[in-house]
Amino acid sequence: MVKDLSIQELEKRFQEKIDKDIKIEPNDWMPDDYRQTLIRQISQHAHSEIVGMLPEGNWITRAPNLRRKAVLLAKVQDEAGHGLYLYSAAETLGADREETIDDLHSGKAKYSSIFNYPTLSWADMGAIGWLVDGAAIMNQVPLCRCSYGPYARAMVRVCKEESFHQRQGFEIMAHLAQGSPEQKAMAQDALNRFWWPALMMFGPNDAESKHTLQSMNWKIKRHTNDELRQQFVDVTIPQAEMIGLTIPDKDLIFNELTGHYEFGEINWDEFWNVVKGNGPCNKDRIDTRKKAKEDGAWVREAALAFADKRQKRKSA
Amino acid sequence: MNKELFEYVIRIADDSLILGQRLSEWCGHGPILEEDIALTNIALDLIGQATNLFEYASQIEGGDRNADQLAFLRFDREYRNLLLVEQPNGDFGDTLMRQFLFDAFRKPFFERLIACTDLQISGIAEKSLKETKYHLKHSSEWVIRLGDGTEESHNRIQNSLDSLWRYTDELFFENQVDAVLLDDFNFPKLSEIKEDWLKNVELVLDEATLAVPDNNWQFKGGREGLHSEHLGKILAEMQFMQRAYPNMEW
Ligand SMILES: [Fe+2]
Ligand SMILES: [Fe+2]
Repeated sequence: MVKDLSIQELEKRFQEKIDKDIKIEPNDWMPDDYRQTLIRQISQHAHSEIVGMLPEGNWITRAPNLRRKAVLLAKVQDEAGHGLYLYSAAETLGADREETIDDLHSGKAKYSSIFNYPTLSWADMGAIGWLVDGAAIMNQVPLCRCSYGPYARAMVRVCKEESFHQRQGFEIMAHLAQGSPEQKAMAQDALNRFWWPALMMFGPNDAESKHTLQSMNWKIKRHTNDELRQQFVDVTIPQAEMIGLTIPDKDLIFNELTGHYEFGEINWDEFWNVVKGNGPCNKDRIDTRKKAKEDGAWVREAALAFADKRQKRKSA
Repeated sequence: MNKELFEYVIRIADDSLILGQRLSEWCGHGPILEEDIALTNIALDLIGQATNLFEYASQIEGGDRNADQLAFLRFDREYRNLLLVEQPNGDFGDTLMRQFLFDAFRKPFFERLIACTDLQISGIAEKSLKETKYHLKHSSEWVIRLGDGTEESHNRIQNSLDSLWRYTDELFFENQVDAVLLDDFNFPKLSEIKEDWLKNVELVLDEATLAVPDNNWQFKGGREGLHSEHLGKILAEMQFMQRAYPNMEW
């Protein structure tokens, strides 16, 4: 029956479903652009989860006490789990996990630029949880209602855990901010280094963002970059004030009329540079992921060979 | 305080802590994502065990030091872990072989430790046994898979076994601590566990087509605080925050 319909008709019915908030499922007809855009978006998100394990993994062996070590281990493990659900969601669209990972390693596929900044102190574990997971939640909560079923469902699970991470991160920061002068300085320094990169996580200004309109019509993006960034700023600034830390922005003011904070200009040169690969850790992060894949090749080959042997022995 | 009991608990705690620390070095570097998750899980279980045991050790000591101070602020000669668990991760096969040899000891050890007369230790042993059974299943499966996988994986994991074998006799090391406590607390007799351990290890190695090494030279010292060069570096990293920022809450 599908064959008899023209492409225009199929596209019309597809958009009608989306407009009525009916979820698109893997076996439903979908325009090729929709499929490709989603594969790109979901695998980029999956890569961010996986690369994102590295900056925090950097502090697991140096966590300051047993409880913090366990909580950080569990957090990084959650991120690996998020990567798994997301690669699976991308696979429902016909993407191959290993191929998408190769695209990451070749530089063809992107991941969140925030992970190209180094983690220099224990307080960075607080700043990342609070700000980076916090910004990720702003981006991802609306995606729980996105038009593609498997992605929306993965996001529901992911968001629950991200909000847990955000609270844990904030708790680390609050604890440091109330601690010794050294601890407070450590917390402020982490905020200074991560504040602007966290704002950059929402992507370029709306005027510069090339994919937004089509993605909004398809409901795979539900708010613009600037809307989400503003929401993040409005939520986060009172939290910083609550624990006595200072946002590193001399232009920051609260506009009584709009009820929103107005913040200074983001350094877009820095943003584009890091996207292009010139951030402090871009090379390290990708080299590390490549090395893990190369070093593990013999293990994956062995697992395949073993499964194959067992299969043959069974059928023999 | 009961010095021997304190040391007995510290031994078990240190094994879990140091192996958990080692495994957590893998986080983000595993050969497949599923193994990143599995190794992290095991590390988490081990850190959890260590926490429970250090808390109890702190109680035995009379509360002079809390669990974190015991875990992070002793000197290397005061750690009582096995040499096996402080060995470097090496490749994935080295890590899994180290884990297997240890898990195969831990399971019969905890099984018997449950029957001890100290209720706290018995409770910790019961919880830890559940975790250990899963760890042993995971590590045995990988030893078999790598042993009976490709020629390369077979050779690699045989090498891992050959170089780790010399740390296995220490699993059953007994000293004055055991002599003093064994009867009063009904603690496991380690020499009796050895049979069980060897039987299970040989069964798995056989299925993995691996050969038990014939070099029987064995090292020991960990249980008396005499460690390899590796422990100092593990501690330098693990204790960094506590040493650099003394007397702070985190
Ligand atoms: Fe995540
Ligand atoms: Fe997270």
